[in-house]
Amino acid sequence: MLSQHSELKTGNNADADFIADHLLHRLYRLQQQHRHIPPQLMVEVAREFGLPVSQVVAVVNFYSFLYQQPVGRYHLLFSNCTSCGYQAGEVNLLALLCRQLNIASGQTRADGVVSVDETSCIGMCDHGPSMLVNGVPIVNLDEGRIKQLCNLIAAEQSLDDWPADWFRINNHIRKPDLLLNAPLECGDSLKKALAGDALLMLESIMQSGLRGRGGAGFATGKKWLFCREAESDTRYVVCNADEGEPGTFKDRVLLQCHADALFEGMTLCAYGIGAKKGFLYLRGEYRYLLGHLQAVLRRRYDSGLLGASILGQAGFSFDIEIVIGAGAYICGEESALIESLEGKPGIPRIRPPFPVTHGYLGRPTVVNNVETFIAATHIVQYGSAGFSAVGTEKSSGSKLLSVSGDCRTPGIYEYPYGVSIQQVLDDCGATQVQAVQIGGPAGSLLAKKDFNRQISFEDVSTGGSFLIFGENRDLLSINRNFARFFAHESCGFCTPCRVGTRLLENSIGKIADGRATWRDVDEIKQLSGFVRHYSHCGLGHTAANHILDSLRHFPGDIQNLLVQQAFTPAFDLDAALETARQMTQRDDADAHLE
Amino acid sequence: MTERKIKIATTSLAGCFGCHMSFLDIDEQLVQLNERIEFNRSPLTDIKHCGPSDIGLIEGGVCNADNVRVLREFRANCKILIAVGACAITGGVPAMRNYFDLRECLEEVYLHGAGVTNPQIPGDVELPLLLDKVYPIQEVVPVDYFLPGCPPPADAFLAILLPLLNGAVPPQMADCRFYYD
Amino acid sequence: MTETTGTIFIDGKAVGFMQGQTIMDAALSAQVYIPHLCHYPGLTPSGNCRLCVVEADGRRAAACTTAAKAGQQISNNTAELNAARKVITQMLFVEGNHICPSCEKSGNCKLQAMGYHLGMLEEHYPQFNPRRVLDASHPDILLDRGRCILCGLCVRASHEVDKKNVFAIAGRGADAYLIVNTVSGKLGDSNLDVTDLAANICPVGAIMFKERGYVTPIGERIYDRQHISDVAMHEHVTEQKGDKKR
Repeated sequence: MLSQHSELKTGNNADADFIADHLLHRLYRLQQQHRHIPPQLMVEVAREFGLPVSQVVAVVNFYSFLYQQPVGRYHLLFSNCTSCGYQAGEVNLLALLCRQLNIASGQTRADGVVSVDETSCIGMCDHGPSMLVNGVPIVNLDEGRIKQLCNLIAAEQSLDDWPADWFRINNHIRKPDLLLNAPLECGDSLKKALAGDALLMLESIMQSGLRGRGGAGFATGKKWLFCREAESDTRYVVCNADEGEPGTFKDRVLLQCHADALFEGMTLCAYGIGAKKGFLYLRGEYRYLLGHLQAVLRRRYDSGLLGASILGQAGFSFDIEIVIGAGAYICGEESALIESLEGKPGIPRIRPPFPVTHGYLGRPTVVNNVETFIAATHIVQYGSAGFSAVGTEKSSGSKLLSVSGDCRTPGIYEYPYGVSIQQVLDDCGATQVQAVQIGGPAGSLLAKKDFNRQISFEDVSTGGSFLIFGENRDLLSINRNFARFFAHESCGFCTPCRVGTRLLENSIGKIADGRATWRDVDEIKQLSGFVRHYSHCGLGHTAANHILDSLRHFPGDIQNLLVQQAFTPAFDLDAALETARQMTQRDDADAHLE
Repeated sequence: MTERKIKIATTSLAGCFGCHMSFLDIDEQLVQLNERIEFNRSPLTDIKHCGPSDIGLIEGGVCNADNVRVLREFRANCKILIAVGACAITGGVPAMRNYFDLRECLEEVYLHGAGVTNPQIPGDVELPLLLDKVYPIQEVVPVDYFLPGCPPPADAFLAILLPLLNGAVPPQMADCRFYYD
Repeated sequence: MTETTGTIFIDGKAVGFMQGQTIMDAALSAQVYIPHLCHYPGLTPSGNCRLCVVEADGRRAAACTTAAKAGQQISNNTAELNAARKVITQMLFVEGNHICPSCEKSGNCKLQAMGYHLGMLEEHYPQFNPRRVLDASHPDILLDRGRCILCGLCVRASHEVDKKNVFAIAGRGADAYLIVNTVSGKLGDSNLDVTDLAANICPVGAIMFKERGYVTPIGERIYDRQHISDVAMHEHVTEQKGDKKR
């Protein structure tokens, strides 16, 4: 049976160890079982968890992977990322898929067999067009595979019998450096740390100059110290494995290859701040990694590296649980992530207070990125001097880049901070590059003249996404894609972002459709600045960056598409008559407008 | 020597003529005004097409193809175009149909509604085709000034017209008291 | 009177504040108006509408959620901030279904009054025309989600003052909408009462009493006669409670 199968593929029937008893998990299971979450079950779950029904309804409504209407027995979510999405190649594979299945995107076919929709980047950017089938990624899709896939669905073939290589996800580590090269024996760093004082360890992290790898770059040692010093009897460690920035997939590879170092880093943090509990918040798109992560945790518990009296040290206990998201980019924002951990919609909190003093359940909480924790493990193991010797003055250590787009060898590249963009392009075989988008849609779009700039906190900062656009790419279609992404992922809390991202999406669409004038461009500029300055959180602050960058670096691309008139209507007048034309069966001259 | 009279054209698109009525509410000042202005196309003159004019006053939103053509004719012929009243500025009450599909609206009215006999969607070429929604006029043509209200009070017409007649820029309506209802 | 613990400067005017007060609290106690829609003194501030964004020591911050700090220099009534506030108001208008001439809230509506305050003559952006479900199941109260601006005042009022938890906001982005905390999702199945603060606090026409249409004629309503900046000076939850039946 299909449902059993998908549980197998997602590792859900492996033991439920280390899986938090969490609202999102309960709802996920119901979603698997019923293909949606019917109202009466929401009521039941609310009762079970002792929550108001409205909270459960709000959560179901908020997360993309929870549905109020049934999805198909085969639920296909095609990535719409510029690298792993349906338009990454020449052909629009989503359109092909929909034609083949006789279905419209966003719908469930009447027979209930299949549903198709698109979803934000699923982190398979080094594998070409990819999708989630019942939550499981399949990669390297092309026209042939789409047709084959449609045949498999027509025959209602179990996912078990689909070609195994469709599910094969490679790590594509192309260039290892400081972190990826260093052998880390399980528990070694922890032994070193436990041999000394926790403050000593914090001191070492601070001396290393390690800054958060998520993008904002807050000094990690300082964060841990603040948390330790915050007044409370309970503290938490949270690993943000919700990498949702389109184009980034390095956490996927780190979770696959270096989960031990990650859990060790979390444990070190727990030791440093005095926490007894930690969470790994895993993005829903990476649910397929769950079985692997559970196995690593099991081994660490068995080896005395987690649980009570770690490494025999009485009084040092630390447990890690995994919480799996359900499709919401905003949950990568640390306070939204904490809200999600608490079983709520991922709406960023008002800051200050910051999580280090008021985090999970209002208690002091360290939230760090996967890569940051692994770097911390490295520092404790090999010392801070070696780490700070690498990189630049303000950016010590190395950075993992998720390189994808128009290049010969997409994958993971690790460099000391300070590497030039051109160096990365040379190493991954990218020639005739028009532009690179660094740090995802929220980051910076850079043109050739900037390729000598360097990856570092003091110059071009990035969480790791490195998207390459070749000379034949239509950059405006990239802008349109990004604008759509933000409109889709805005949490809806504040007016400027909720409404502004939607308006920007429409305005970019008007340019792309060849209906816009300079007047529209001026409007977009103003609106972009407004959304940047008046939104509540980072999503809104950065949502228009790509547009402003495009206008600055590639004004020609936009200018070429503009209508040389003072004004054009806000909407397509003739298209607005189409319904009436159909209903009256008219096609005379008066039934059209130019 | 008498000054050249300022030419004013007015029309109601998807509107109720209430704004026109409010304009007429300036009462005796209409007589004085009439010495300075002459009407081109307007319900007051019955001129069918807008000729070259100084000021165009548009009441009502844009609900069909004919509205678009009339509005464009006004824009092409009027030096200054003023959106008058809630419907011109926001679509107003006629835009309440925007909460339904046009298809639903037409089917309800002409096919399935209570008391419908001989159900059919009228398709005569003489009838203007409906747009999918009712739109504010500034989404279709550029608009120079906005006079909010449902209708704008009579005084508001004078407040904007008198300076224009004297060749001055009218005060920002924002500086006057205005209402949306 | 409690002693002030510090002074901030709003557009140059010295304003005293007590420990724990936000910029908004301090401004309101000093009769300084900072435009706001999602804030109501006495309820926990939310910061979602963003109308009250000011420049505090050069950084933009929502006055209702930012703590006052001694010596803070705050710009509030500036052309730039008011222009941004007008944009926010226009955004709130276009994302919902706000047809003033057909709305019973007209004249008592804060969104409308904000438009008046900021000199908003037109909505500027294309309208979204959302289709949100109307709920007329309650015998005395109508919930017209089309007019909801997602300020969350009813959510907080119900939770914090009425202790009933009748409302919540669900959904994401421009699809966010107000929901009712009942098994059916219907307002009629809730214990919302006409005397509840949550039933009275809606700044727009989303939560309205039935059968009260035109009791007060157009032209004689709150914002037909008073400016929102004056009305805002007299609002507070505790005062509101004594005057529930407006």
